This record gives sequence, structure tokens and C-alpha cells, in this order.
Amino acid sequence: MNPASESVGTASANVPDATGRYGAFGGRYVPETLTRALDQLAVEYAKAKADPAFQAELDQLLQDFVGRPSPFYHAKRLSEKCGGAQIWLKREDVNHTGAHKINNTLGQALLTLRMGKQRVIAETGAGQHGVATATACAHFGIPCVVYMGEEDIRRQAPNVFSMKLLGAEVRPVTTGSRTLRDAINEAMRDWMSSVDTTHYILGSVVGPHPFPQIVRDFQSVIGSEARVQSLARFGRLPDSVVACVGGGSNAAGMFYPFIEDKEVELVGVEAGGRSDGAGDHASPLTFGSPGVLHGSYSYVMQDDDGQTCDVHSISAGLDYPGVGPEHSYWKDTGRVRYTDCKDNAALDAFDALASCEGILPALESSHAIAAGMKVAAEKSSDQIVVICLSGRGDKDAAEIARLKEERK
Amino acid sequence: MSSIDQVFADLRAQNRKAFIPFVTAGDPSLDVTSAALKELSKRGGSVCELGIPYSDPIADGPVIQASYTRALQRKIKLSQILEMAGKTTPEMSAPLVTMVSYAIIHRHGTEQYIQDAKAAGIAGAIVPDLLVEESGDFAKICQANDFSLIQLVTPTTSRERAMRIAETSTGFIYYVSVAGITGERTQLPPDLLDNVSWLRSQTKVPICIGFGISQPEHVRTLKKVADGVIVGSAIVRRMGEIGEKSEEQVIDEIGDYAETLIEALNE
Repeated sequence: MNPASESVGTASANVPDATGRYGAFGGRYVPETLTRALDQLAVEYAKAKADPAFQAELDQLLQDFVGRPSPFYHAKRLSEKCGGAQIWLKREDVNHTGAHKINNTLGQALLTLRMGKQRVIAETGAGQHGVATATACAHFGIPCVVYMGEEDIRRQAPNVFSMKLLGAEVRPVTTGSRTLRDAINEAMRDWMSSVDTTHYILGSVVGPHPFPQIVRDFQSVIGSEARVQSLARFGRLPDSVVACVGGGSNAAGMFYPFIEDKEVELVGVEAGGRSDGAGDHASPLTFGSPGVLHGSYSYVMQDDDGQTCDVHSISAGLDYPGVGPEHSYWKDTGRVRYTDCKDNAALDAFDALASCEGILPALESSHAIAAGMKVAAEKSSDQIVVICLSGRGDKDAAEIARLKEERK
Repeated sequence: MSSIDQVFADLRAQNRKAFIPFVTAGDPSLDVTSAALKELSKRGGSVCELGIPYSDPIADGPVIQASYTRALQRKIKLSQILEMAGKTTPEMSAPLVTMVSYAIIHRHGTEQYIQDAKAAGIAGAIVPDLLVEESGDFAKICQANDFSLIQLVTPTTSRERAMRIAETSTGFIYYVSVAGITGERTQLPPDLLDNVSWLRSQTKVPICIGFGISQPEHVRTLKKVADGVIVGSAIVRRMGEIGEKSEEQVIDEIGDYAETLIEALNE
């Protein structure tokens, strides 16, 4: 394997290669049982991508069912509060089901039908991917099982209820830290035993090739729209684009269409948690090291033995010890600047957006808002910072109330 | 000739089959693991597998996963496992191989892992998440060090791919009996024998079948086509009974259990 440092240089949008590599990162580190399904998925996806009818069907769904294009919104009062650049929000929170996740699940549900598979499994942390998968499956009439850690079930009760209303079976995961990481392990185990009949709709730009590419491509609608909207509004591209990074799907979708626009600064925001200490955050790009987790080679929070470390974030969707391999590639090439945002700063940003703009952001997105406000404050008023508002905060209301009580 | 090659050469000369037991390192303690390995070797184990606990073992079923979790909760480290192996292998007639995630090997350093494993008397590695496409560099280092890299073939592996795996696998080929995770099962898939027979006709590398094997009837069926059988969860489950029963009692029971399977294998 190439050392990670070999990928340093100019980031290309023409990744991954045929083996699923983004520079040194990516690839496939999975049990042999899954290779046939991954090969089939890669072949079918390549065919679908080149099939105008597939894209047209997806585009129609995104327009009529999801409500795309999502708005590009000038957060005037938040910009005034920051006193710097003009902050614009890419409003994925107003999508059907309330987050960017629906872009990917509809695409993968269409792939499921194309591959002739009769059942879908998924994993979820914050629940948004679970709701989006359950929604896509309900739309197409596909049976759906969603794995979710018990701790996340506690934190995200409204989404659990929604998934059940949508006809999905929610299977609690009681192993390990009972969060997203363990839900992915269980979903992969299920897939090992059901691979001939089941498609695993992975929710982020993680996992073995071709998943990181498929999810990035389906999410790239976010950045492509933002690019067009920016050119239409300002006649130019934004100065900075900011997005939160757990596994990194909204950020990958937001950044990818801007990768070759060198004048646009890209900022990814990880969960800084309680402190910089091990186990207190979920920031593998900031504090981790290259390793193998959940089927690919990427930055991971691991100990000296290669065991995955426990991580922490107030946001269930960011509470993950790994990150998509393309983010690792972008980090090492220097194309994207990665930073982190602490739990308390995210809660403050939640309040700021709620009170200035009348928008409740998801706790995940609150991390991007906090960092985006910092970026904007350092710029002049004629500059433009676009923040990906990846999801809405209704699902987090009870958890935020509890956290605020704790802070008193 | 590696020590594993020698085992299979000897078994073939005697028209016998290999029994390959699996034990999780450090569950419930490294001392007990050492005692279990010595017992299984003494009772007729041909090659012993030592599972290196990993935090995210996606190929393993609930029994082995739980044993990994218990071992890691005791803060067991790779260096301690290798130290235990180094003290145990001189007292074993059966070669020892590790079942180890690539996450652990990569973190340790591929060359370093092989050097340290060899120094502990370990003869090879099964790396369940290192596919043939990704294993080229590691396979070269293994070969240069006469360290067996035992690769896996599964029911979902195409025949063309199985051939590629057979060409790069050393020691033996690990044939996974079912498309799924590890764990005891009552029935084996109906096409298993045909699939293994086909592979048997294509390669001289020994083929051992694992996943889901726990009963003498399984062993009697599989010995017709396989060079050996691998038994993991059934042993690990019994090891988990330590506490309810004494260590000595459980190790003795595991030895008895191994003997019943070995008898069925060589009837």
C-alpha cells in the first residue's frame, strides 16, 4: 500500500480509479463474501450512470418528490451578526424528509430495482438516513430493515417513530458503543448473509468501493445546484464553502463540484466534542491516522493496536470514528481545509441561526454554521460564504433541551 | 517447506484430514488461551487458529464477536498476545496461525507484524478483510519470510476468482461454507460439496472448510472433499462457560469435543 503522503499534490475530480482509490485512500477491505455484490454494484452503477433514462427518472423524483432544487438563501441577519462576509445557506433542510440524505437513498433505491434485489437494509446514526431510506423504500414498495444503535435510538426518538410509520423495521444494535459505527457493523453482517437478495443502502461516503463514489455522485446535486445558483445570483463562485463532516456525505456532495475551482476555499467541519482528548471528540481528520475501518482505507480514530477508538459528539450523525476516503484524499492534497467545532460552539450556533433566521438547524449542520460564522467574520462584506445546511433540527429538539439543562 | 505444508504433507501420506480449532486470544485470559491451545494441540489439532480480538469484526457472528469484546474490555494488547504465543508455541506440535484483521496488521506495520509473529513461533495468518486484489504487497512479504498467507474462498466467489485466490494462497485455502458470518449451524448448504470438489480438482493447495461447523455429522460429510475442517464458534462458546465451570473442566471438555470431531474425521 502506498503511504498516505504519496497522495499529496493537486486534488483531481477524476477519482476514484478503477480499484476505488482516491490517491492512497479507499479500496476494498471486506470479507470475500461481499466481493460479488460489490462487483455487481460497481457494474450496475456504471451502466446506470451512463443511462440517460436512469438519470432522467432520478432527476424527476428529485424535483417532484424531494422538492429540488433546494433554495439558496441569504442569511442576512446572521451575516450582520458576524460582521463579515455574506452568509448564504444551501437549504438541504427543506428537502422532503428534512435532510440531504434523501438524494442518495432515492438513487440507491433505483439501483436496487435495477439490480433486481427485493430487500433493502440500511444503518443510521441520527436517523435521517434511516428515515430517507424508509421513505425511498415506501415510495417503491421495497421491504426495509434499518439498523440503529441503542444510544442513537434514545437520542433520536422522533426519527425512530417516523421510520416505523414508513413501514421500516428498526433493529436496535446493542453491541459496542451502540452508535453509528456498531450499526454499520450489524448492517454489513446482515448483508453477508443476504447478499443475493438484498441491497445495502449505505448512508455516507464511507465503506468499500464503489459506495463512496456512488454516495458522492448522488449527493453532488447539492454542490452542482449551489454552483449554478451562485453564478446566477452573483455572476461568480463563492469565496468559501463550508460543510460538516461525520462520514462526510453532505460535504462530499457540496465540495465535489467545486474541487477544480481553485479560487473557492473549501472548509470541512468535524465534531470537536468536549475536548481534544481521546474519546472526547469525533475528528479523525484532525486527530486520527490512516487505517482500515468499515471496508476502506482512510483516516480513523484508532489506538496503537489498530483498534477503533470510542468517539463522542452531541450530534448522533457525526458520532463516527472514521471518514470517507475522498475526504482523506482532499485533506492530504490540501484541497479542503478541515477544522473542528466543539459541542458547545455547535449549540451556540444552533441558537444563533434559530434566533436570527427562524431556522432550526440539525445538530450536525450546527457544526458547519459555527465554523461558517468564523470564516465569514474574517472576510469582508463583499465576500460570500456558502454553508451547507444539511438537515433540519426538529429531530434534535428534545436532545437540545436536555443538553441545555445540563449546561445550566 | 513451511511447517503448515509439512502438516498437510504428513496428513496426506497417512490419508488423514486436518482438524483446525480456533481460540480467541485473551478470553477469558491469555493464560487460559495458552492452556487451551496446548490442550487442543495435544488432543490432535493439526493447525491451531488464534483469533486476535478486533473492535469491529464484520465477518464474525455473535459468539466470536462477544469473545473479542470481552478480551478487549480487559485491555488486552497485541504485544501481550504475541508474548503469550511465544511462550506457548514451543509446547505445541501443531503450527499456530493468527486470524487477524488487516486494520491491526496495517497499524503494526506489515513487515513488523510478520517479523514479530514469526519470532513468536506463528506460522501464518488468515486476514479475513484482505482481498486478493489488496493483498499483493503483503503476500510478497509473507512469501519472502516463508509465512503462510491463508486466503478465503466463499460460496459467492466466482470460479475465475477462486482460481486467482488459490494461486496466491499458501499453507491452505480457507473455504467458507456459507455466505454469511461465523457461527454454528445445523445444516450445511447443499452445493457445498460440489463447489469444494471443483476447487479440489483445480489446485494442489490443501482446502479446509470453516464457518458453521460444529457436529461430527458435518465433519463426516465434509471429509469426502476437504483436507480439513475449521471449528471456531463451538469452541469459543464453550470457553465462554468458564466462570460457571472451572478453567480445567472447560479445557478438558474442549479437548474431549475436539477428539470426537477428530475421530469422525478419521473414521
